[in-house]
Amino acid sequence: MQISITINGETVTRDVEPRRLLVHFIREDAGLRGTHWGCDTSNCGACTVWLDGKPVKSCTVLAAQADGHEVKTVEGLETADGLDPIQQGFIECHGLQCGFCTPGMMMTGRALIDENPNPSDQEIREAISGQICRCTGYNNIVKAIRWAAEAEASSEVNA
Amino acid sequence: MQTPAPTDYVRATSVANAIALLEEHGEEARLLAGGHSLLPMMKLRVARPEMLIDINDLDELRGIKVEGDELVIGAMVTHNEVLESPVLAEHYAIFREAEKVIADPLVRNRGTVGGSMCQADPSEDLSAVGSALKASVVIQGSSGSRTVPLREFHDGPYTTVVEPNEILTQVRVPIRPGAGSAYEKVERRVGDWAVCAAGSFVVVSGGVVTDCGIGLTAVSAEHFCAPEAEAFLIGKAPTDENLREAANLAAAATDPSSDQRGPADYKRHLAGELTFRALKRSAAASQGA
Repeated sequence: MQISITINGETVTRDVEPRRLLVHFIREDAGLRGTHWGCDTSNCGACTVWLDGKPVKSCTVLAAQADGHEVKTVEGLETADGLDPIQQGFIECHGLQCGFCTPGMMMTGRALIDENPNPSDQEIREAISGQICRCTGYNNIVKAIRWAAEAEASSEVNA
Repeated sequence: MQTPAPTDYVRATSVANAIALLEEHGEEARLLAGGHSLLPMMKLRVARPEMLIDINDLDELRGIKVEGDELVIGAMVTHNEVLESPVLAEHYAIFREAEKVIADPLVRNRGTVGGSMCQADPSEDLSAVGSALKASVVIQGSSGSRTVPLREFHDGPYTTVVEPNEILTQVRVPIRPGAGSAYEKVERRVGDWAVCAAGSFVVVSGGVVTDCGIGLTAVSAEHFCAPEAEAFLIGKAPTDENLREAANLAAAATDPSSDQRGPADYKRHLAGELTFRALKRSAAASQGA
């Protein structure tokens, strides 16, 4: 079947099998390898992308279900002005070691700050509770997301 | 790599269209709601439908509203929408308490109320919530719709009274002024299925319990409920002693199995303890504490 998905503002049209998973469409058909393909069982959250503005596990959505819808991946975070604060936060706070979980963590962190500009550590931990990191022990991921929230809050005050 | 077996896919344009598609394709067709049970089962080849009928476009299945003295939850309402619903929180704290411990926030963005009910997993939390609240579901087929109490909905693990050519459209919950409610769950880690969970509502009036409901999951309580424990409480003061006795009756109504989540006697102990805690908080909330 032919489907069209708008990924990071660009429409990608491909002929796919109905059983094609969104994560494979993003990586193989659209060629965007920033989204990682992890456990395949909707446990690890490495494949997290936004579907119509909400973070979802793309290993558990059919590409066909996203036909006509909007997807945002980690490649869509950076703008002409530079890195998104959530990306900068992971750099500043050493929010990754191996980096496998990072794209998913950043997509969830970005969604959280959009909804709740001043999240508590507990709220951050709840937001990322569907994602697994085997390196950091999560502390630096929580710090990175908080760094991004604080950076945005202070830049809005200064603006 | 886990990937589903080949299948066809079509988007339903209305509930009537979904039913027509189900009739056309027969038992090899499956409705696709949030997909967070069906797609993993398809990857494991536990489910192998030849036709997926996607019902995500059906706005008539969305929305949470009050109709008369009932709360009406559309089948395609997501877990997150239940979690964040002010109208559900206003009437029953149990919804928010249960949803906070169902899967994780990402899964809750996709998983639906109707999908959870129809999946009928014996460890499903919303089934226990619905059973505790004595909710009913509306099931629609080509010849019309019928309303079925949730306590008559399950034929057994993973099986319900919904026929292959029918669709669950709504969950309806009676509004009970003055009711307090609560949900208590023990899980091995965040996002896991319950080792055991208990939910309840209690209405206390004139110092005695005038109405109550108890729901249990993951411990093989028939229809996820404990009617004998409920009957015991009616007309009695919500003292610790009475609540404890009701909780013991609830535990006796379970038939848990030993598995990787724990031995049967531990789960039965949890059923009693969690029922007691849920009842105690429900009764306190009903009395405005």
